[in-house]
Amino acid sequence: MKYLEDIGSYFLMLRKVFSSPTKASVLKELIFKEINDLIINSLGIVAFISFFVGGVIAIQTALNVNNPLIPKSLIGFATRQSIILEFAPTFMSIIMAGKVGSFITSSIGSMRVTEQIDALEVMGINSLNYLVLPKIVALMLYPLLITIAMFLGILGGWMASVYGGFSSAEQFIQGLQDDFDPFHLTYAFIKTFLFAFILATVPSWQGYYMKGGALEVGRASTNSFVWTSVLIILTNYIITQLLLS
Amino acid sequence: MIKVENVKKRFGEEEILKGITTTFEKGKTNLIIGQSGSGKSVLLKCLIGLFKPEEGRIYYEENAIQDMDDDQQRDLREEIGMLFQGGALFDSMTIEENVMFPLRMFTKQKKSEMLGRVNEVLSRVDLNNVNKKYPAEISGGMQKRVSIARAIVNKPKYLFCDEPNSGLDPKTATLIDNLIQEITHENDITTVVVTHDMNSVMEIGEKVVLLKNGTLAWQGDKNEIFKTDNEDVTNFVYSSDLFKKIREVQLKEG
Repeated sequence: MKYLEDIGSYFLMLRKVFSSPTKASVLKELIFKEINDLIINSLGIVAFISFFVGGVIAIQTALNVNNPLIPKSLIGFATRQSIILEFAPTFMSIIMAGKVGSFITSSIGSMRVTEQIDALEVMGINSLNYLVLPKIVALMLYPLLITIAMFLGILGGWMASVYGGFSSAEQFIQGLQDDFDPFHLTYAFIKTFLFAFILATVPSWQGYYMKGGALEVGRASTNSFVWTSVLIILTNYIITQLLLS
Repeated sequence: MIKVENVKKRFGEEEILKGITTTFEKGKTNLIIGQSGSGKSVLLKCLIGLFKPEEGRIYYEENAIQDMDDDQQRDLREEIGMLFQGGALFDSMTIEENVMFPLRMFTKQKKSEMLGRVNEVLSRVDLNNVNKKYPAEISGGMQKRVSIARAIVNKPKYLFCDEPNSGLDPKTATLIDNLIQEITHENDITTVVVTHDMNSVMEIGEKVVLLKNGTLAWQGDKNEIFKTDNEDVTNFVYSSDLFKKIREVQLKEG
């Protein structure tokens, strides 16, 4: 019963997020601030993780394929497929649920605890629109972050493969081009947009409707990570079933 | 003027407000007092529309808040200034941005005009040279004053204060009380203050409403409070040693 209530409250929140808009000039500033907080400030961690995970995928593939009949270009092929289809869109989003999601929940939760949200409401401001809409808009740039993750992941794989002596640069690039299906990119970016929406709204819901004090802000951040991850994994499964099978 | 008629509010099975009827008068500091859990803050939140009462009506002048649609309620809220217990200043904004916030949201003034008004209200609350500081960089008393400045910057008709001097030393608390009263008189606004501080009652209680267990136990002004024989008032007022001694002196002097 509690879960049904929560689902209902989440959709009611979404309806309110898109009603009674905040003054355009203020909204514009808020969106730029959120782009900085949520996208720009995530560039470093995304670049670091993508580069090294790409390298690890290439090394793991190389070490597990010893058969001389299998071409070395498989390393590039496997790196490309793993990164484009799953690592960059899905697992990077799980990592972002920890970074961006916890940040959103704790910042909105702290505003709830310190009556800042009440202050907005008393002033006649639609606090959900003011707080959540800029995050949704900012995270529509999230696919750019994932594009960077894809590029750096493949670059990491290329460097590990070539400089680690597992394949030549030509073999790796050949693997990258083998059986390339552009629809895989479309599939990855459709997923990314949906994950971006989940990343913006689920942590916001957790923070906005939390009750209690500082301890509960911490609990809400943990719940936010758990539920955002669960929803991303479920959505990933459904989208994969719908688009690829 | 704000008129409250038979307001009842429940949370689950528990009835917090059990039919409050009273009036908060224009140009006066109206105090809601009572012990913790008596329903003071719930009544305040009903007045400002954060809680919806199950029964009863709240009138702002002649208009019942229950009859207003969302747009009308939003318009009304633009006429309300609120001082929260903890200040509720926006952490991510400077003092200047905090005070300017209502002007940015609800007016079409140029930035220079807004800055002029911000400096005017900050001087009114005796705060200078703090414009570029963040709330975390100033004291609790200063935060309360910034919060008052933000509450009055858009020239509200109604000012609500929730425990304005909680956590402040007696001198700063008196300063905040007096500031609220002066602003009320200067601007002829309806001010409602929730407090359990008897010093505030003595300083600024032009109308005092005592709540007990969600009911209205007594109402009057700060002078009447020492003359009444109402048991709820005497139990509340003389719960501190200081006021007990004052009472003894008063009785001795007849």
